[in-house]
Amino acid sequence: MMEAVVIPPFERFYAQHQDEVFGLLVRRLGRQRAEDAFQETFLRALRAYSALRHGEHLRAWVLTIARNVAVDAFRREQPTVELEEPVDLPRRPAYAELEHLTDDLPPTERAAVFLRYAYDLPYAAIAAALGSSEEAARQAASTGVRRLRKKEHA
Amino acid sequence: MTIPAELDQRFRDAADRAGLVDVAYDLAESPVGDLLVAVTERGLCRIAYRPDEAVDELAVDFGVRVLRIPRRVDRIRRELDEYFAGRRREFNLPLDWSLIQGFTRMVLDRTARIPYGKVATYGEVARDIGKPRASRAAGNALGANPIPIVVPCHRVIRSGGVLGNYGGGPERKVQLLELEGAG
Repeated sequence: MMEAVVIPPFERFYAQHQDEVFGLLVRRLGRQRAEDAFQETFLRALRAYSALRHGEHLRAWVLTIARNVAVDAFRREQPTVELEEPVDLPRRPAYAELEHLTDDLPPTERAAVFLRYAYDLPYAAIAAALGSSEEAARQAASTGVRRLRKKEHA
Repeated sequence: MTIPAELDQRFRDAADRAGLVDVAYDLAESPVGDLLVAVTERGLCRIAYRPDEAVDELAVDFGVRVLRIPRRVDRIRRELDEYFAGRRREFNLPLDWSLIQGFTRMVLDRTARIPYGKVATYGEVARDIGKPRASRAAGNALGANPIPIVVPCHRVIRSGGVLGNYGGGPERKVQLLELEGAG
């Protein structure tokens, strides 16, 4: 059995990823709006942090949260615009196949399927990333999987 | 991109206000070196001579939501400053004893009642809690004291005037006893 990666104290997680998260948010939202989004990102992460079961893929997780916070901030300002931009996840060779398979899924379902099945994150942590309830995260993952199966049999 | 200091501050305050933090800590400068000082909702839970290791231990003991929030330890920092300046003989701080139970708790409770500037031996502490043969075990319990200085395990010494061990190293034990004018 492989030892599970220990979940670091939140302080270390925050120190390690704060600059990258801030940079991403500044690029997407501009300096001013990035500040609120930064706080929201790490508060979401902190809310779900105790639910984590291992310390792997925390970077991918927090970047997904940041992207979704940015999408929410964007929607608030232009509620009629449908966002085309998919939730892009860091590329990892081991998950290349899943990544390819999930390419056509709607962004939220894709993120949910990925965080659940590639990264093995609990639904509480996925909900934080998607800014939704745990139930909605579960739903998104299962709808995504069903859609993938249908595609496979088509 | 380095985040602005105000933004960092704002996040820490927001996390605290939202009640999302299991343990808040900060470093405190002192004549015996930089100390890590940590609090839970219940009170002071940890003073550590090796801050970096202690951050990881806090996550194991009290929960992974460990965050540095300086203002949460302001009062403790002030009392420690007064103590090291020789202006305070007793600490008046709520303590979080939740992880300290049984024999260790009895030993530390007894130790907390040794007055400023006085010492007791391991054997005396063991006798006073009704376990006269447990002086070695009492020494081990003191070695595991999570709140040194405030729970003054430095005031417990071996018989015959030998100082004995100390979690922060024997030189710190000497320093604290000299500060208190014990001897």
